[in-house]
Amino acid sequence: MADNRTLYTDMARAAAREHRQVRWFELKRLLKRKSAGLALIILCMTFAAALFAPWISPYPEQGRGDVNVEHRLLPPSSDYYLGTDIYGRDMLSRVIFGSRISIFGGICIVISAALIGVPLGLWAGYNEGVSGTLIMRVVELFLSFPSTLIGMAISLILGAGWYTAIIALIIPWWPWYTRLVQGEVVSIKHMLYVEAARMLGYGRLTIIFRHLLPNILTPVIVMILLDLGPAIIAIGLLSFLGLGTQAPMADWGLMVWEGAPNILNEWWIAIVPGTAMFIVVIAFNIFGDALKDALDSST
Amino acid sequence: MSAPSTTTAHAASMPRPLISLDRLHAWFAYDKPFWGKVKTWIKPVNNISLDIIQGECLGLVGESGCGKSTLGRAILRLTPLTSGTIQFQGHPIESLNASALKPFRPKMQMVFQDPKASLNPRMNVLNILKEALVLNREVDPEHHLEESVRLLSLVDLRPEHLFRFPREFSGGQQQRISIARALATNPRFIVFDEATSALDVSVQAQVISLMKTLQHQLSLTYLFISHDLSIMEQVCARVAVMYAGQIVEVQDSTALFNAPRHPYTKALKDAVPIADPLHKKDLGVLKGEVPKLSSPPKGCHFHPRCDFRQDLCQEQEPAPCETDPNSWVKCHFHEQLWKQGALKDH
Repeated sequence: MADNRTLYTDMARAAAREHRQVRWFELKRLLKRKSAGLALIILCMTFAAALFAPWISPYPEQGRGDVNVEHRLLPPSSDYYLGTDIYGRDMLSRVIFGSRISIFGGICIVISAALIGVPLGLWAGYNEGVSGTLIMRVVELFLSFPSTLIGMAISLILGAGWYTAIIALIIPWWPWYTRLVQGEVVSIKHMLYVEAARMLGYGRLTIIFRHLLPNILTPVIVMILLDLGPAIIAIGLLSFLGLGTQAPMADWGLMVWEGAPNILNEWWIAIVPGTAMFIVVIAFNIFGDALKDALDSST
Repeated sequence: MSAPSTTTAHAASMPRPLISLDRLHAWFAYDKPFWGKVKTWIKPVNNISLDIIQGECLGLVGESGCGKSTLGRAILRLTPLTSGTIQFQGHPIESLNASALKPFRPKMQMVFQDPKASLNPRMNVLNILKEALVLNREVDPEHHLEESVRLLSLVDLRPEHLFRFPREFSGGQQQRISIARALATNPRFIVFDEATSALDVSVQAQVISLMKTLQHQLSLTYLFISHDLSIMEQVCARVAVMYAGQIVEVQDSTALFNAPRHPYTKALKDAVPIADPLHKKDLGVLKGEVPKLSSPPKGCHFHPRCDFRQDLCQEQEPAPCETDPNSWVKCHFHEQLWKQGALKDH
């Protein structure tokens, strides 16, 4: 028996050592994936630009909102690489400064919505009793109104400002995650591995976090990434209505809303922030896709 | 207590039951109204009394949808019970709540039909086994890794399989991982719920021989659920035949095959095809439909499809009648049929 024990120990250690090597190899291969690497570089550059905006913008004071009327509505040139807006402010500086609120706000909204919505969805999906039903009725109540309308109403109550806009948008945003997750959970909670965990005597919370959560994460990650664009736009809409970002400051959504009416003449005013948003959202999606595949052991 | 009233003299000579079911009911509400009473009940486990003897492999056979799996789950308390009692090693467990059940859970395990679905695709084999090992008090957490290797070797898998994910295994291997997980808690009783049905025949044979070896090595008690009567004869010494939520006959597997005592067992047996092209035989397919579990026929549940029915069958439910020790049949006329040789092969 003692011999057996040492034999098993040796075999287990050998298996563990080999496994470590295999894992490391896989990680390296993930980083070699070209599109994911490019997306990661773009995201890093964007974050760096947002962080170091005052130092890398060509006209930092215009980025903060100083007007420059004599150079208004200039098309892209060597002085102003991406043109100027209606007050003559450099578009490049505005976009760099705008990324601060847009990216931070967008991430903040979708992550908070997921953090609130996913646990509620897990609970509601696993327990179909009173508590689950109650959660889903509240969710349906929220989903029966347009989310931007609820956002506007809450924003009015909380007062104007970019951070209140973010809070005002989280509130109508989480029910979408709850509904997504609840549906996923209902479809996997009768799987036999959940039954097996119940058979072992594990409680609800263990089952929810060990068996259900990892298996519903993929659609949640996809939804988080797809929601970033709409979240940035929604902050812009609130800003455009005067409820979000206040006047001299900028965010990408606000800039798109402001430029949209004159897109045929001064096209750069809407196109520049729009393109920035497009690139960032695409980069998030590509990177998230690669991350999802790397985390996913089932496919 | 088993259903046929066992005399005390008998009970003394008989091996102790590991599990004993008495008038067990597990009904499900078909229409759960917001207001008022449930009108329709589905009755997959309807008044079942049965003893599972320590160390035996009891087969449970029946058509699909007759309540076999629900009975297996009911014994493990995975499905809500309506009434009746379950005794495990003499302890009544039918009314224990989740936390009171915890000490019993590791002693009763189950291996499921679909091997792929019974393993979490996000967990590797080591984590799957660890999840069960944690509940085994006899194993020091430090030794989980080597204990997992030992469990894998019990089911003929190798240590390098520890860090693989379920999708990397074949169906037979996945089923063996399930068996290893079931063994990890050092159980006394394992339910195999159609555990070999999803596997092809050669793999089936492997898994069955593995099961048998383990049963002898670890002195386990099995409940082997299947719809396949021919497997039963190889695997189990005693077989219970289930029909429409009730057990109609319990018998030695060889006796059951050679001399069935219940007309339904005979029909089941006749439906097993014989691999001989020259063997021309009327397959003896049963007339009529399987009764609905929500409204089983009055009297004997089998009477509408029975060739030997009489008036009594439609009115009164037959009581279980002991034929041999640990064997009984639920039929009003079993003695008569036996004397006439009506259920013998022609």
